[in-house]
Order: sequence, then structure tokens, then C-alpha cells
Amino acid sequence: MPTIHLDNLIKRYGDVQVLHGVDLRMEDNEFTVLVGPSGCGKSTTLRMIAGLEDVSEGEIYVDGKPVSHLEPKDRDLAMVFQDYALYPHMNVAQNISFALRLAKRPKAEIDKKVREVAETVGLTDFLARKPGALSGGQRQRVAMARALAKDSGMFLFDEPLSNLDAKLRGQMRAELALMSQRVQKNMIYVTHDQIEAMTLADRIVVMHGGYIQQQGTPKELFQKPVNKFVAGFLGMPPMNFLDGEIEDTGAGVFVKGDGFALKLQGERAATAKAHTNKQITLGIRPSDLSYDADAAPADALTLDVMVSEYVGAQSVLLCRCGPAKVMVEVNSETPVALGQTLTFAVNPNGVHLFDRQSEAAL
Amino acid sequence: MSRSMANRFTPYMFMAPAAVIMAIALLYPLGYMVWGSFRDWNPSQTIGEAEFVGLKNYITLWNDPNFRESLGVTLRFAFFVVTFEMVIGVGLALLLDRDIRGMSVLRTMFILPMMIAPVVVGLMWRYMYHPTVGTFNRFLDGWGLPKIDWLGQHALGSVIIADIWQWTPFIFILSLAALQSLPRSALEAARIDGATPWQQIIHIKLPLMMPVLIVTGLLRLIDAFKVLEVILVMTEGGPGLSTEILALRISRTATEFRELGVAAAMSNYLLMLLLLLTVTMFGFTRWQEARAARIRAAVEEDA
Repeated sequence: MPTIHLDNLIKRYGDVQVLHGVDLRMEDNEFTVLVGPSGCGKSTTLRMIAGLEDVSEGEIYVDGKPVSHLEPKDRDLAMVFQDYALYPHMNVAQNISFALRLAKRPKAEIDKKVREVAETVGLTDFLARKPGALSGGQRQRVAMARALAKDSGMFLFDEPLSNLDAKLRGQMRAELALMSQRVQKNMIYVTHDQIEAMTLADRIVVMHGGYIQQQGTPKELFQKPVNKFVAGFLGMPPMNFLDGEIEDTGAGVFVKGDGFALKLQGERAATAKAHTNKQITLGIRPSDLSYDADAAPADALTLDVMVSEYVGAQSVLLCRCGPAKVMVEVNSETPVALGQTLTFAVNPNGVHLFDRQSEAAL
Repeated sequence: MSRSMANRFTPYMFMAPAAVIMAIALLYPLGYMVWGSFRDWNPSQTIGEAEFVGLKNYITLWNDPNFRESLGVTLRFAFFVVTFEMVIGVGLALLLDRDIRGMSVLRTMFILPMMIAPVVVGLMWRYMYHPTVGTFNRFLDGWGLPKIDWLGQHALGSVIIADIWQWTPFIFILSLAALQSLPRSALEAARIDGATPWQQIIHIKLPLMMPVLIVTGLLRLIDAFKVLEVILVMTEGGPGLSTEILALRISRTATEFRELGVAAAMSNYLLMLLLLLTVTMFGFTRWQEARAARIRAAVEEDA
């Protein structure tokens, strides 16, 4: 399976530049997820790899060979589209076998492949149906089966699950994860849903405004975001941001802001010390706050609880800290009442500091 | 009258003027025509004075070689114009379905012929086909080629060419609209599946356009059976009966031969032919809707 290398990829539509030099390497059998908000350039990047969009500048290498001048059919890839892109006038079997029939493979081989693939995705009973007579989830499976039948080196997914309802999306996500383990291929997956990115990816590439913000394993990105955008984009509920200033007092290095003064520990204190008196943004994930009535004020945030969202075992508290809103993830058994002012201990390893101007992590 | 009664009658009240005009302008003459077709009727007589002859007019026509010839010309004309117009119109649409600078101007130019009044089209082509001073023969002459007897020996062909020129744009704009409403991603999927541009047309574009193409073709066919002005101006049906389509023969039977009953019977034959086509078209759309409804029902059952 090929290594894919994007070298300084640039895309312009007329005078508008939407991709500003994307550099990316995707190794053998890797599941890469391009994730970002609408208009960040992730779909454009994928469509350029597929050959559906022209490359304005830069080059795409597959196994070291430049491919950006090739037609999609000559790039050895299969793609699953957001709206499934099934051929409405063909039945499921014909949809799945279209590429093979165009390639003039022997009929016995085609039949065998169709049966095999249909079984993989659980469509055996629907082979004679037209796409119009299938539900959304089934159509999604046909699209998947069609891509699988091609046996190509790389698999591209363009937001394949976003047209499904929430429950089905979860189910298909699990099936996709299973499938990606079974078929050892290079997969490139575009989504705006960070949960899909976190659960499926070997490597996440976060894009924003036509630039790659950060790439790495889900864990790396979650634990060490390089800037405020990545920190806020990954994780649900999203990271809390509080404006503050670094102060070096005799008692230690503090982040002080409206309604809090948090003492930094260990490595973070050392880093922050170099930036004393700097305007920064403090980032804390809702899961890194825990209710602790006995916590020392320097290790905790004192918050006014405004709203409690019960989601089962966990509840999300929406609280106020000075002018800012802070979300806290707590066990639903935690005795909290609305309107109370409570103390929440901060996990010292879950403290993120960002330069307020450049938004880069310190 | 109660309020709910009034509410119930309101729609009919609004429809009444249109219905009255329909009755006067369409149903009355139509009935008159059917009534007249059973009579031996001369323009100098009122319809009451004309002798009732039963189906005689229809039977006479059926055995009249001139009528049969005329019917044959009409069928040939309709077949050839619709076939060529479909092929050229769809072909052009497939070629011009792309974003190139100036394409909108080109598209507008393509549909110009359709906007010209039929009489003008007839006059224009008659001039161009003129044996000595016509554009075509002067052109052929200039290249040292033999002249062609356009409206003589090849009259039907020439008339067909003029109709193709005028009505291909109709097929073209409808095909183009159909093409542009095709799902983009299905075509992209076909490109990735390895379909060449030609294979995309054969396997994806044409099959998906087919419902529109069938209705368009039927509409054109119905129109082609009724064509009159262009041929009247160009050849008046001649030479001989070579371009005398049914509409023209009906008009001549009524005015020149003064046989209103026969003309009416002939109109009824034409009407039946057109009704058959129209019913086919409605049947086709009904069948499609029923199929779509069935599919929707099947999906809901599954869900």
C-alpha cells in the first residue's frame, strides 16, 4: 500500500486562495483523518488527492511518483462520498460492480467479488434493489461496498457519516473502525466531527483556514495541542478558556485573572516563569476539573453553578467564573445545586497556557 | 347560502371563466368538427343543410391513395425530424455542458432559431434553397460543385433540414437543463470508478436523463405532426405530394377542394393519432410517479 506525500499543496479559485501550502505524509496502512470546521480546506485537499480538483501549485506523490496530472481513474483509489453518490438507475449489485465491469473483468470474478463485498457490509439480501428503495444507512453501506470492491491502494472518505442520524452514525463509525482494521489500506478520511476523528484516526490532521494546524495521534493532539484552536476543537465538551496574566510571586508562579488565581506546578511553572507578566489564555478541559470542597484556593477554581445538564452517568455543569463561562464534567452523583458557589480542584497536568496574541501554546 | 357552501364553491367560481372560454374556443369547434365529419358538407351550405353520410368520409379517406401518401409523408417527416433533433440536440447539450468563458452567449445563440416566427423561417429557407440565387447553390457553385435541386427533387429532405434547424434548440435546452440537474457526485464517483468521458455518457448521463428525453421526444413528435406554416411557405406541399403533410392537406381539402366533411374527418384522424401520443406521454409520467411512490413506500416500510 502506497505512501502518500503532499508537497506544499496550494489551491486557488480565481483570486481566492483556499489552501496555503499543505505538507503531509501518510504512511503505509495509516488511517488519517483530516478534521476542521467548514471551509478549512479539508475536503478540497481530499478532492485534490482524488483528482477531482486541479492542483494550483505543489505536487502529490504516491509511492514517490507525482500523480497530480493523472485522471482520478489512474490514481488507484476508491472514494466514499457524503451523499453516497450511488448510481440511481443501477441496482445494488450493479453499483458495486460498476468499476469491475468497466475494467472488463471476467463475469465469474465480478460475481464472486460482489457477493464477497456484499457479505462484508451486510447487503446480501438487497443486491437486486435500486438505491431509491434503500434507507440512508443501507445506501451508505452500498457506497462502502462499491469502494471495497475496487481493491485499490487508498481509500478516501468525504464526510461519509454526516448524512446519517446520530444513532446510525455511531453504529457505522464502529463498523468503519472494524473495517479499517480488516482491510489493510491507506485511508484518508475527512470530517468536521471531532468524535469521528478521535475514534477512527491513527493520525489526526487538524486544519483551519487553509493551513494545517497540527498533526499527530489523537492522544498527542488531545494532551498537547499546539495552539488555542486545536485545543478548543478537539474534546467534548470543549476546553474552557480564561483570560489571565502570569505572575511570579514569592509563593510560586500564578495565573491570575478575574475571579481566580491558580498556582502552576512543576514543568508548567518553569515554562510560565519565563513569560512572567504576559497576557495569556488559560485552558482547562471540563474533565480536568473535579468537585472538591476542601481544595486549596490556589489549586482550584471557585465557580457559580448556573445550569446542570444531566446526560446520564455524567453531568455537565455550566458555571460562571468572573465574566467567563466554565464547563465542568462531574459524576452525576455529585451533590450540586443550582446557584451554589463551589470549589473545583484543577488537575495540575491538565493546565494549558496560550499566548493571548498569537494563540500558540507556551 | 351557508359559509361552508360558499367556501366549497369558490374554487369553481374562479375556474368558471376559463372553463367557459375552453368550452367556446375548444370543445364547441371540436364537437362541430366531429359532427361535420359525418356529413357531405360544402362551404356554401350551413351544416344543417349538409347531407348526413355516416362514416363515408372516413372510409373514402382510408382508401384514398393521396391521403395515404400524405399520411406517409407526415410519418416520415415526424420520424426523421424527431430522430435527428434528438441526436443533435442531446449531443450538443453533452458537448456544451461545461464552464467555458462565453458559454452563456453561445447557449443563447443556439436557441435563437426557436424564437423566430415559423413563417419567417419558411421564407428564409425558401430563399436560401432558391435554385439560382439561393445561398446554398451559390455556395456550391462557388466551389465548383454541382447545384442541388433543393425544393424540387429533394423537397422532403430540405424541409426536414429546415425543421431540424428550427427545433433542435428545443431539445438542446431541455437536455442541458436535465444534464445540469444530474447529481454531480455520481459523475465524480464514475470518474473514480474508471469511466472514460464516453462511458460516463453511456452508463450514467444518458440513463439518468432518459425520463426527460422521453417526454421531450414525445412533445416534439406531437408538434411535428402538426407542422404547417414552414412547409406551406417553402413548398406548398409540392412538388406533387412530396411534402404535403397532413395539416397542409386538411387545409387544402377545406379551401381548394371545398370538402369540409372530408377535411373534418381527416382532422379527426390526425387528432386520434395525437391523442394516442399524448396518452402515451401521460401514461409514461403516471407510470414514473407510481414507481417513485412505490419506492418511497418501500423505504418507509424498512425504516
